[in-house]
Amino acid sequence: MSRPLDLPAFARPARPARRRKHLWPMLFIAPFFVLFLVFGVYPVIFSAVLSFQEWNGAPGQQVWVGWQNYASLFQDRYFWSSMTNSVLIFLLHFPVMTLGGLVLAVILNENRLRFQGLWRAMIFLPHLTSMVAAGITFRLLFERDSGLVNRMLGGVGIPAVPWLDNEWWARVAVGILLVWAWTGYQMVIFLSALQTIPGEVNEAALIDGAGRVQVFWKITVPLMRPAIVFVTTLSVIGTFALYTEPVILTGGGPIHATTTPTMEIYAQAFNNIRYGYGAALSYVYFAIVVAATLLQLRLTNRGQG
Amino acid sequence: MTRTAVQAASVPAPAQRKPRPRPPILLYTVVIAVSAFAVLPFVWMVLSSLKPLTEIFGQGFLPQNPSLDNFRRLFAETPALRALFNSFFIAILSTAGSLLFCSLGGYGFAKFNFPGKNALFSVMLVSMTIPFVVGLIPTFIMMRNWFHWIDTPWPLVVPGLANAFGVFFMRQYLSTVPDELLDAARIDGASEPTIFFRVVVPIITPALASLGIIFFMASWNNYLWPNIVLRDPNAQTLPVLIAGLQGSAGRTPYDLMMAGAVVSVIPMLIVFLALQRYFYSGITAGAVKG
Repeated sequence: MSRPLDLPAFARPARPARRRKHLWPMLFIAPFFVLFLVFGVYPVIFSAVLSFQEWNGAPGQQVWVGWQNYASLFQDRYFWSSMTNSVLIFLLHFPVMTLGGLVLAVILNENRLRFQGLWRAMIFLPHLTSMVAAGITFRLLFERDSGLVNRMLGGVGIPAVPWLDNEWWARVAVGILLVWAWTGYQMVIFLSALQTIPGEVNEAALIDGAGRVQVFWKITVPLMRPAIVFVTTLSVIGTFALYTEPVILTGGGPIHATTTPTMEIYAQAFNNIRYGYGAALSYVYFAIVVAATLLQLRLTNRGQG
Repeated sequence: MTRTAVQAASVPAPAQRKPRPRPPILLYTVVIAVSAFAVLPFVWMVLSSLKPLTEIFGQGFLPQNPSLDNFRRLFAETPALRALFNSFFIAILSTAGSLLFCSLGGYGFAKFNFPGKNALFSVMLVSMTIPFVVGLIPTFIMMRNWFHWIDTPWPLVVPGLANAFGVFFMRQYLSTVPDELLDAARIDGASEPTIFFRVVVPIITPALASLGIIFFMASWNNYLWPNIVLRDPNAQTLPVLIAGLQGSAGRTPYDLMMAGAVVSVIPMLIVFLALQRYFYSGITAGAVKG
């Protein structure tokens, strides 16, 4: 069994063959890499340059303004309130969604439950939906007088909630849409993580007299830590990047209560045609998301190794 | 043995472990309630799409005279058919193209050594952490001023072909393909492209299916970027067209929008029912990378 490609270096017929050996992998990677440089790397650099300019997009009209965009950005209360809105929307939906996803995964992992595939499919279904379609539907559901939600609440004697007309309720409404769209996704991830935990671990604990709630908090949750950290990171980044859901459901209102950073950057760049300022916003936004992600990883990994 | 048995007897509920004990009522209650919460908006979407506008804002639940009139008007009064075609064209082309570029790139990274490989791979990994919106404005300017691609499908197809996550995903999967298989083909005199298309592609089909579904879904449901580059209604994708209806003529045509929502959900639903397994495996494989 001679393997011609694994000969030691000194035995190889020197240069030309070596160059040919590198030719194919380079060609395999080239299509990806050319596009990656043009549409991945270049715009990010271009954006950094743009953030020091004022430009309305007309060719040759760029004006170098130094740090001025960054300076005025710190006075921009709409931008900062969009950041706060993201944090609030995150706090409103993340605990419900993640705890819900975990509990559902544990339930669907029970072999006492039948039709597991059916439940999993139904709960996962919202994740497939375009957020435009879902946003319009939720707008009808949250309608003050004719919306199904208020009518159901009315059925049990709760007065109508001004879902889309009140700052706080609008944030809750966006949160509910996010819980609806993402709980099934988290459940699927947690379910696959759960299936790597041997069943004996839980059974041993149960036999030793632990209650199911105790097993959940003391055994299941710690064993699933990597999956929980993953979805948390994804949610932090995803909530800051939120766009379609609030645009369609609330239009960012009322009174900017559900405007997100991406909406703010979009508005500055494409409504006010301030490309330079938009680029500066996007870089500060990027820095804050990185900081938030690092902070979150520190918190979620605390006490680990 | 004895000790366990004694302890087990003192534990109330879960001590007995027969193959299938009586149905766990509490678990069923939770699962049914959550499934209802998940499915109800779809039911509402479909029911509303069968009602005239005044009835959508009425107090009823079921449509009084269910009719497909909203769908007929959607296709007659708006370029929805064109949008449906655009959505399919863009989603299929970008999925197929991305799969080709990502599997080629992943193959290059997984199975070959070449100068600068590690540096290139690191740059690619780092790029995955940069939010989309950071490159958004320059990419728009490039599309408009250089390529003149506004109102064409290309801004939605070409940049996405270079998908760092996809290359990473395929590299991970390709690392599990044994080298011996490739070497055997080389000894038989197969050229490198032949090896890729005849040996590698058949092996990685499950990964292509999982990744392809992620790409297709992302393209089909995308809104932010197509809404920026597609201004002409005839060039728009379905989500952009539906969302754009609300701007027209002051009064929001919820009847048409609900019909459009149903039309936009159905293809994803069909793909899901046909390829459920790959949906789950694609999503969880994406999670493993974390």
